Amino acid sequence: MRIFLLNLLLAISWAALTGNATLVNLSFGFLLGYLALRISPELPGGSIYFKRLQNFSRLCIFFLQELVLSSLRAAWEVFSPILKSRPIIVRIPLEIHERNQIFVLINLISLTPGTMVLDIAPDNSALIVHTMFVDNPDRFRQEIRLGFERRVREAIS
Amino acid sequence: MVLDELFIAALILIGSFFGFSAALGLLRMPDFYTRMSTSGKAATLCCGLLLAGVATLFQDAQVTARAVAAILFLLLTVPIGVHMIARAAFRVGTPMWRGSFVKPRFKNPKKELQ
Repeated sequence: MRIFLLNLLLAISWAALTGNATLVNLSFGFLLGYLALRISPELPGGSIYFKRLQNFSRLCIFFLQELVLSSLRAAWEVFSPILKSRPIIVRIPLEIHERNQIFVLINLISLTPGTMVLDIAPDNSALIVHTMFVDNPDRFRQEIRLGFERRVREAIS
Repeated sequence: MVLDELFIAALILIGSFFGFSAALGLLRMPDFYTRMSTSGKAATLCCGLLLAGVATLFQDAQVTARAVAAILFLLLTVPIGVHMIARAAFRVGTPMWRGSFVKPRFKNPKKELQ
């Protein structure tokens, strides 16, 4: 966390020095700060931060890709003359148990079109998910487990 | 300059396309859950693309900051709203679409749990 604040401080000072506080310049400053911290030796807690930042950006990229793909699929479904999808409701047992991770996972599942979290087991052990595009419950469980759940577990703790 | 304008136009047009498909989904889908999934969430991408287009059009720190904040709040609030409405429907037992156009069937979602 301290390294993240340091990186943010570097980004802000880059924006202040160049006198240009647009979003693009701030992100460029963040990237420069990241590289500077990366090559500096022996930061306490540095390796955890770098790993987590990497995992987090990987999660973001995966989520954006999933969002675009499933939006296109939902639009195709809406525009095709015959409704071909077979919606199902699946119970997915969870492997993660921390509240923050479950919160992020539910947000991501609910944000992708076609899937929607209907309910959570009272002891946070399973989700009940409605899906439009996959008609095999076991394959859907596998997709969630290998796609979102693994990446959320790696990125957030 | 022309390339810039084409990029912005593409962003806004694709955003409106998804908005249109969301509205059409609300009309065309057979039951509550599929309506919710096609309309509620396509709106995220639609608003995100529109706001991104507006931010690149104005090239102004104030507008960009507001667009980014709006996108962040959309990403935070839309899934919670969707989840609360869907959970209420599921607990009440709103019938769920199982079948085809040849033979429409609606069933209680709690009995269809797999």
